[in-house]
Amino acid sequence: MKLQKSKGARDMSIKDMTAFRFVEGTFRDSCLKWGYGEIRTPTIENLYLFTSAGTLTPESLNRVYSFLDWDGWSGERVVLRPDGTIPVARMYIESGKKDLARLFYVTNIFAFESSGKENRERWQCGCELIGAASSLADTELISLSLEVLKRTIPHDIEVSLSHAGLVKALLAKLGISPDEQAQAFDQLMDGKTDLPVPAAHRPEAADTLLSLLTLKGQSSGFVKNLKALIGAQLPEIMPHLDDFIGLITSLEEIGIKCRIDIPSGGGFEYYTGAMFQLFAGGEKVGGGGRYDMLIPSMGGGNISASGFALYLDRIMNMIKPDSVITSESVLVVNHDKDQKRAYETATELRQAGYNATIQLDNEKNCTWTLDIQSNGQYFLEGKGLKAEAGTMAEVMKCLGGQFGH
Amino acid sequence: MAIKIALPKGRLQNPTSHLLENAGWKLDEYNASGRLYHLKSAVFPDLRGKILHEKDIPVQVAIGNYDMGICSRDWIEELLAKYPTSSIIKIKDLGYGYGSLFMVGSAPFSVKGTVRITSEYPNLAEKFALQKRFGRFAIFPVWGAAEAYLPESAELALISQTEESKPLPGIVPSQRVLDYGACLIANRDSWESKNLFNLVSSLVAANVTETSVSPIDMKTTQPTDITDLKGKMRLALPDGHQQSHTLKLLNKAGIQIEDYPSPTGNRRPIIGIEGVSVKVIRPQDMPLQVANGNFDAAITGKDWLTNHLYQFPNSPVQELVDLKLGWVRIVAAVSHEVPGTTIGDVRSWAAQRAAPLRIATEYTNIADRYARDKRIGPYRVIPTWGATEAFIPDDADLLIENTETGSTLARHNLKIVDTLFESTACLIGRIGVEPDKQALIDTITRLLSQAV
Repeated sequence: MKLQKSKGARDMSIKDMTAFRFVEGTFRDSCLKWGYGEIRTPTIENLYLFTSAGTLTPESLNRVYSFLDWDGWSGERVVLRPDGTIPVARMYIESGKKDLARLFYVTNIFAFESSGKENRERWQCGCELIGAASSLADTELISLSLEVLKRTIPHDIEVSLSHAGLVKALLAKLGISPDEQAQAFDQLMDGKTDLPVPAAHRPEAADTLLSLLTLKGQSSGFVKNLKALIGAQLPEIMPHLDDFIGLITSLEEIGIKCRIDIPSGGGFEYYTGAMFQLFAGGEKVGGGGRYDMLIPSMGGGNISASGFALYLDRIMNMIKPDSVITSESVLVVNHDKDQKRAYETATELRQAGYNATIQLDNEKNCTWTLDIQSNGQYFLEGKGLKAEAGTMAEVMKCLGGQFGH
Repeated sequence: MAIKIALPKGRLQNPTSHLLENAGWKLDEYNASGRLYHLKSAVFPDLRGKILHEKDIPVQVAIGNYDMGICSRDWIEELLAKYPTSSIIKIKDLGYGYGSLFMVGSAPFSVKGTVRITSEYPNLAEKFALQKRFGRFAIFPVWGAAEAYLPESAELALISQTEESKPLPGIVPSQRVLDYGACLIANRDSWESKNLFNLVSSLVAANVTETSVSPIDMKTTQPTDITDLKGKMRLALPDGHQQSHTLKLLNKAGIQIEDYPSPTGNRRPIIGIEGVSVKVIRPQDMPLQVANGNFDAAITGKDWLTNHLYQFPNSPVQELVDLKLGWVRIVAAVSHEVPGTTIGDVRSWAAQRAAPLRIATEYTNIADRYARDKRIGPYRVIPTWGATEAFIPDDADLLIENTETGSTLARHNLKIVDTLFESTACLIGRIGVEPDKQALIDTITRLLSQAV
């Protein structure tokens, strides 16, 4: 029987892992510098965490990996984590803290994909800013996510904005039932703009509202003018519009340009306020949003929050391997079988910051080859250069670029 | 090229037999009394038919063991609810075998706490729960009698009603979930690559009845007196053919019981022990129901207890007394065509093949554990719902099955290569029940022990 990996699973090669660790390392570095602390949640969670209204959309729920655990005789299922944010909210609530928390994580999430050609296990770098309600928090998250992307990939990053609160408020004006509103919202979150609103049910303003809901590619100025146009007619939409404009203004103040895409796609049912998506080279590489009702709905009290996730699998594919700086490697060749000397040499090199490998068989895959000769001398070769050295100090000088000949 | 079709046994067998007769297939062995599972047609020499439990048919067609099948659409939807990308095409509703699935409760339903749903259709039940956005729910897959768990042990039950169904006392239909009837299905690849024209056209020509599905109405009666079961010890007794053995034992133990077995299908017989309430359910379902606290004790088989404990090793269920009734052996069996006489021989034989060993069984957890313990290389467990011996040799290589005399296995050209264990009926209970209930369990255990 032919051995093969499970459908939809991905092996990561040395090259892949180099890119993975580069993105992860850059993300961790930025997050720590911005005052975020790293956490990790378990791979297996209770399914009920994700099934309530306001958590995952039904379409997402139909693709989770759920099963009965070894002690699952109660009939309740567990699930391979299908989302990064909800477990973090669960962890925050369980900790009993109520104060502001800046959290980040690198995690895998699982979702079935029917063709088996896409990954069913995907990796993401996520940040959650819990306990902050203003659009300044959203600005901080967008700004942080942009910093990470700019440090990792050689593309211009586009930011697209939408607003779940605005979308929900507009849907509420369409004269459809709450169930239909929820269904329409899920469809918009899944990127479908053809809303199932029967013409007979539409109030007079419905066509205008529908056109607003399907807005794509507009500038921030459009939203500001929108306030003048519909603000007086639909006062209940004003708080969401003001919040949205507040975010746009705040981003513009620090030089971040964005475009408005109301039917965002890729959103989550738990989003309540501003939502953003990040694109590089036309591909979506991340997204996030405000989810003020998630923690309250999970019994965690009236706590606002927002967050984002960067799609590690996609970002690592955009990295040029050469751009990832790694330590230079030295192959220690030991002709005289003097194990002790070879180990001492390799240890010195490692202490000096080089990757040192003692040659086995005839391997040849390092930047430098350091030959320990029987007369006690060293012979160094690599990068088209050759040098002889009497001591390790001289070897280090050569590796540092000071070649005598 | 051979064309394989899976045909249903049970309630669809008669009308399907008539349909095939009208279509001129001449599958003479396919009638209600037939005991042969392998069928040949006198008209279509390439056609190979097999009689399977209708619940198995969608799975068998989807995985490509059969090109076509006839079965009830409820089982197709049950498969598709969990595996929407299954390779099945629904070709034609056949206009008979109507039924409807209802989500039912015993009182108007409101979502509060964990919603427990029992059903023979666990995938459709889960889909329902997800669509209704129940925050917290538990699905109990059962082999039958799903409605018997209401209201004490479940809030909802997803049940099937057919024209033949008896009225259910005290059941309140919450929602009609699906109307179904017999359906002709095909494997997607077979439909694309094989010439099924003559077979399908003959069926279409013969199937002149109205083919739109007729919904079935839910038949209910006034609730029987459901006494307050709070604080009572709950005992589960088996339905089906084990009832007569169980009744004899209860009588011998001096335990009075009224209306068991019940000619009207009453699942709540009255037992002559104060503080004990009884329900009649499937023995296969009992260990799980005792584990989760829906029942405190039950009379089931060691085979089903073992199957449960292999799935849930930390389960609080334990055997209290061996009732020494209904003795069977749980065996591993293969076709006589497989060389050797032991499971070791089967393992060596399987190791030389390119494909994984296919193990058909009703005892999925026992089979899984057995295959691991015996170091059988790559294998697949194929869950079945009866008539497991029909799967060998075409659709499975190894069988894990119970047998009393071995005659059924021998009749199907099968040989036993291993005996896993012996099974008899037993009283089971849950560790950690309340002291007053434990006292009643101890009384029943003592009375039954003396009667064995």
